Order: sequence, then C-alpha cells, then structure tokens
Amino acid sequence: MSQNTVMDPPPGIAPPAASPGLQQRLREVDGAKTRRSLLLIAPLLIFVVVCFLFPIVSILSKSVENPEFHDNLPQTSAALAEWSGSALPDEALYATLGKELIAARERGQIATVAKRLSYENSSFRRLITTAPRLIPASGTGVKPAMIAGQPAWGELSTWQTLKRVSSPVTSYYLLSVFDRKIDAASGDIQALPADQALYVNVLLRTLWMATVVTLLCVGIGYPLAYWLAKQPANRANLLMILVLLPFWTSLIVRTASWIVLLQSGGLINRALLGMGIIDHPLTLVFNRIGVFISMTHILLPFIVLPLYAVMKGISPSYVRAAISLGAHPFLAFWRVYVPQTYAGIAAGALLVFMMAIGYYVTPALLGGPNDQMVSYFVAFFTNSTMNWGMAAALGSQLLIIVLLLYIVYVRVTRTSAEAAAH
Amino acid sequence: MVKTLAALILATFTLQAQAESLTVISFGGTNKDAQDKAFYKPFTAAGLGTIESGEYNGEMARIRAMVETGQIGWDVVELETPELQRGCEEGLFEQLDWSKLGNKTDFIPAAVSECGAGIFVWSTVLTYDASKLKKGPANWADFWNVKEFPGKRALRKSAKYTMEIALMADGVKREDVYKVLATPAGVDRAFKKLDQLKPNIQWWESGAQPLQWLVSGDVVMSSAYNGRIGAAQDEGHNFKIVWDNAIYDLDNWAIVKGSKHKALAEKFIAFANKAENQKVFAENIPYGPTNITTSKLLDPARLSKLPTAPDNLATSVQVNSDFWLEHGEDLEQRFNAWAAR
Repeated sequence: MSQNTVMDPPPGIAPPAASPGLQQRLREVDGAKTRRSLLLIAPLLIFVVVCFLFPIVSILSKSVENPEFHDNLPQTSAALAEWSGSALPDEALYATLGKELIAARERGQIATVAKRLSYENSSFRRLITTAPRLIPASGTGVKPAMIAGQPAWGELSTWQTLKRVSSPVTSYYLLSVFDRKIDAASGDIQALPADQALYVNVLLRTLWMATVVTLLCVGIGYPLAYWLAKQPANRANLLMILVLLPFWTSLIVRTASWIVLLQSGGLINRALLGMGIIDHPLTLVFNRIGVFISMTHILLPFIVLPLYAVMKGISPSYVRAAISLGAHPFLAFWRVYVPQTYAGIAAGALLVFMMAIGYYVTPALLGGPNDQMVSYFVAFFTNSTMNWGMAAALGSQLLIIVLLLYIVYVRVTRTSAEAAAH
Repeated sequence: MVKTLAALILATFTLQAQAESLTVISFGGTNKDAQDKAFYKPFTAAGLGTIESGEYNGEMARIRAMVETGQIGWDVVELETPELQRGCEEGLFEQLDWSKLGNKTDFIPAAVSECGAGIFVWSTVLTYDASKLKKGPANWADFWNVKEFPGKRALRKSAKYTMEIALMADGVKREDVYKVLATPAGVDRAFKKLDQLKPNIQWWESGAQPLQWLVSGDVVMSSAYNGRIGAAQDEGHNFKIVWDNAIYDLDNWAIVKGSKHKALAEKFIAFANKAENQKVFAENIPYGPTNITTSKLLDPARLSKLPTAPDNLATSVQVNSDFWLEHGEDLEQRFNAWAAR
C-alpha cells in the first residue's frame, strides 16, 4: 500500500467538510441541555438573586450613596460642581441655595439635609436649619444677609464642605469606618484625633476576640471530638446529644443563663466561695472573660461536628502501624493521626471564626463597653441614630475582611493539598 | 350569586366604616398596662370609639417607612421628646391643633409642642437597695465616693444622662449643666470626671437591668427610671430614690402624618389628657401627670412618689432635647470611643 492510501479517510467516516454540521448539532444538544437545567434551577436562582443578592447589594450601596443634599438641592449641587472652590461663591449661588433651602423646608426635607451635613461637623445642623430665616424676602442681597446672620457662611471651608457633600456618591462613610476624614480646608484625608478614633480599634478587637474564641473552640473541641470518636456507637450517640442539646436551645436563653451562672452572686461564685477557694467573688461577667466563656460554649458544636465526622472516617490501623514500627504513641498520634484531621480542623475553625466575627447578642449582654464587636455598632447606627450609611459601611468593612480571609484560606488549603499530592 | 357576593363585600366595607377604630402604639410592659386601664378602656366605655392598641420600641424607621409609602397603619404613637422633635422636623407627624386638645394652660409648658402632647413625666434618678446599704448616698457626688460606698455602680450606656450626671457630680449646678456641656471644656470636664469612676462602672442598656443588679448585689447603687423603681418597690423591694438632681423627660402623643382617623385621634388625645384619666394612670405606675390639675385629685402619699411632685420637680433638671439633637451624634461617638478604651 502506498503512503497515500493510509492518509485517505477510511470509508464510512464523514469527510472533514461535514464536521461543522456535527459540531453544530452537538452544540444544539448541549445548549438545550443547559437551557433545561437552567430552567430547573431557575426558581432557585431567582430566589437567590431576589432574597439574597439584591438586598445585600442595595444595603452595601448605601455606604457610598449620598442623596440627601444632591436630591433636595439639585440646582445648588449643579452650581457647586461648576464652582472653582478657591474663592467665596457669588451672589447667584447664595440666592440659589437660599431658594432651595426654603423649598426644602416647606417639603419637610431640610432636617435630612442638616443631618447629613452635621456628620461633617455638628455645627452645620444649626447653620442649615437657621439659614432660611436669614434670607431676605426680596431675594436680593442674599450673600451679605447670610454672612451677617451667620459668619460661617462667609468662610471658604463651609462652601468646600457643601461642594463635597453635594456629590451623589461619597467616601465619607467608608473613610469613617477606618477612622479617617477629609479635612474641610485642605481636602486631604487625615486620621481622626485619638479621642474620636474608634472603628479600627473595634475591628481589631472583633478579629482578636474571634481568634481567641476559635482557638479555645479548637483546644476544647479537638479532644472532645477525639474522645467521642473513640467511644462505641451507642455511647457516642448519647454523648453527642449532650453536645447537641445546648445547640438546639435558643441563643438568648443560653446567653442569659450564663449571666445567672457567672454573676457575683451566681452559682459559680457561690460554689467557689463555699469551698473556700476564693475570699470575694470573681468578676466573671460584664467583661471579656464572660464573653469568651459564653461564645466558646455556644460555638463549640460547630467545631465538634465536622471534627467528629472526619475522625470517624480515620482507620485506627494507621496509628497502630506507626506504633508497631516503633514510634512513641504521642509521636504516632501527632505525625500520623493529626495530619489526617487537618481538613476537619480547617473547616470547623473557619466556621467558628466567621460566626464569631458577626456576634452581637452575647457581647452585648455579657460584655462591657470595651467588649462590643462591629455588629453592635451596626445595630447602633441602624436603630438608634438612623445613620444607615455608617451601618452599611461597617457591614461592607466586615464583609470585605471575611472575603479576604476566605481567599487566604482557600489559597493555604490548596497549597497544602498540592504539597500533599506531590 | 354575584349579587350576594357584592352585597357581602359592601356590607363588610360599611361595617368597617361604622366601627371606626384607632390604632394607638405605645411602649409595652407595665407602661402599656397602665395606659390600658387609664386611657384605652375608659375611651371605649365612653362610646367614643374602639382602640386597637399595640406596642413598639421607639423605632422611627418603621414610622418613616409608613409615611414614605403612604401605608399609614398607626394613628397615634407614644414618643420620647428627641424622637418627637426629629420626626416633627422631618415631617413625620401632624401639626397639632391645641384648641381641640384642651386648655394649654392646664399643662406643664414642656408638654405643649408643635407635634406632640405630653403624656407623662419620667425621671432618671439615683437609687440603691436600703436593705443592703444602711446609710445611702445623698447625691451624685456620693455616687463617685468609692471610699465610703465601695463596690460597682451602674449607669446607662450612653452619653445622654451620663454626661449630665458627671458634671453635676463635679459640682456644676443643675441649671448650668447644658451651658457647661455646650463648651468643649465642659465636655472634657465631664469625661475627666468619668475617668475617675470608670473602673467601678457597670453599664446598663435596658431599664430592667439596674434593678436586677441591685437585687443580686452586683452593684451598690445605680441610675434608673423612677417608674421601674416604683414597680420594684410595689413588689416589696426596699429601694430608696434620691430625687436630688434627677433628670426628667416627657413621653408624648403624636399623630402620624396622613392618619385616616385624625379627628378621632385628636379626640383620643384630648380624652387621655383629662385630669381624671391621668390620675388613674399615675395610680397604676408612678409617672408624673402632665396635666397640672391632676395633682389635686391624687392622694398626697402617691403624689410624693412622682417626678412632678413639687418637692421632686424643684430639685430636678429637664433633659435638653435641643442640645442632644444638635450634639448627640458627636458626643455618643466620643463616649463610645472613651468607653472602649
């Protein structure tokens, strides 16, 4: 046979010219399959978007939205955008501001504008609410009248602040949660004075407290899960109920019962006093100790369950083999058993950490003012002061940090998995 | 079939229109129980209309959402003064026509405002358990005296009240408190005073906490709402109240903007503010009536327990809600930063 005949396509197989048609048919079938599966999961997808993504995105967008000034004083905002910012504006801008402030007062919106401006400087609230009274009825000579009534209207920094607040988006809230502020005069970002800085501290404290609780949970949960995994099935199930029972009890009930147990006249203090171990009651509650005890107790099941599941699947013969080859039992446990539970530790610890980071009720009830975590301030801004921008910014801050941690976690576990594979 | 259905629907609508009912929202607990006895039941009994009573925690977000969407489910709400003023500024409440609500001069001046009608006066006072402390503190300065009265003391976890108390403990006269607090030096002075006591303070957030802590012995003295103390006294606890430099504020009725039952709401407020009805309220919970003529109807023993008793009122200071509206957010931020250190 010549070389040529080998190159010829064998009979019965379609020539290359026909393959696009096949590919297309394949694609059509595939497309139909995808469409069908999309249809199947469509309700779920819509549910996730409507009930999960949409609210989260709309809340988070509040941390940069700045509609109060822009929507209520549209002409002033437009004029401020044109204004150079290097010298006091002319009479026309004063008149526009005056006219729109009066209109805003009639609509009952002036308080909204004043409230937004008071975030920049508390003296703005009065400046804005009293401004309509200063404006002459004739509508002329507004500039001298306003400056005469409130000298702050003649200051350049007042107008620079107005210009900044008039833009439809703001960095104010996101800067605030990092204790930063734009200086009215220079326009630079600067740190808040030490007696006002708060949120960086709160964030670090939140991360620190979550770390401690996670370490405590791993420290207590690991031996507990190990012990449970070693028990015969019947007894393990019974003991598991003891782990799960508090897990099924309401969070508030468990937190409140810790107050009863830990307070100075509580069960634990009275028992210690009765046994003569201490002379006067220990302060176990309304401080960080109380928060740690209670959070560790509440979050313990979240690490015991994944660890128990992993440990149940580990064959005891590996450790036995290591010992029979001459390893010390502890070394065998450490070098052979523990590495096999890494996945369980990582999953459980991550779960505990992420839940601990968002804790609200327990620190609020059991902690002092210096034990409050980020979520306390989210609730404070949402309910008490109605400053939803700050609440959203704090929420975004927490979300971004958790996402970063998660990326690090995925990287680390992937590298260790790859290292194990090689 | 269609006809009967239509008739049925029509009947339901007319029925609804006949029995006009008013939705009144107040703070819950013993406060609402007393309101039920003093205002809601007598109003219905007098044939003026039915009351649909509810409770809330003072969340303005809810009212704002109602007004913004035009779905007004609440007619009359109970509010503390700063929320009343903020809501009034933001246009969440109807302007009140006082000619329909009673004689303005019958009320203490603070009870009469643009959007609100005062219901009662409550006070933040110094209290202690007399069964545990034989010689108790006499004023806020004693609150700072940890030598003579060792142990923890409780204060509300907020700048409001705490700053005033600190200044009065530092010797500022009650009539000058807000003047001093309006200056940066005054604020520094209050924080410096608080620094002295900081390790001994346990912070409370809900009104029930300080009394529980007094009973359990966690704290030796505390600031607390006088009505809560009264309720605990009725249960047999021996709590003593120090009225000197107490801080008082009002709760108010307001009509939600766009209420469909505005006329009935006005009738209800006028009815609730009558002296004989405020008397029943003050007998059920020791909060002071806003109607001056009520005092004449009350038993003198009861009257002496109220924040509005002349002796008590003379030594009290009213919360300056204008001040807190303007400086509240700044001071709370600074307070939070201070408390967290």
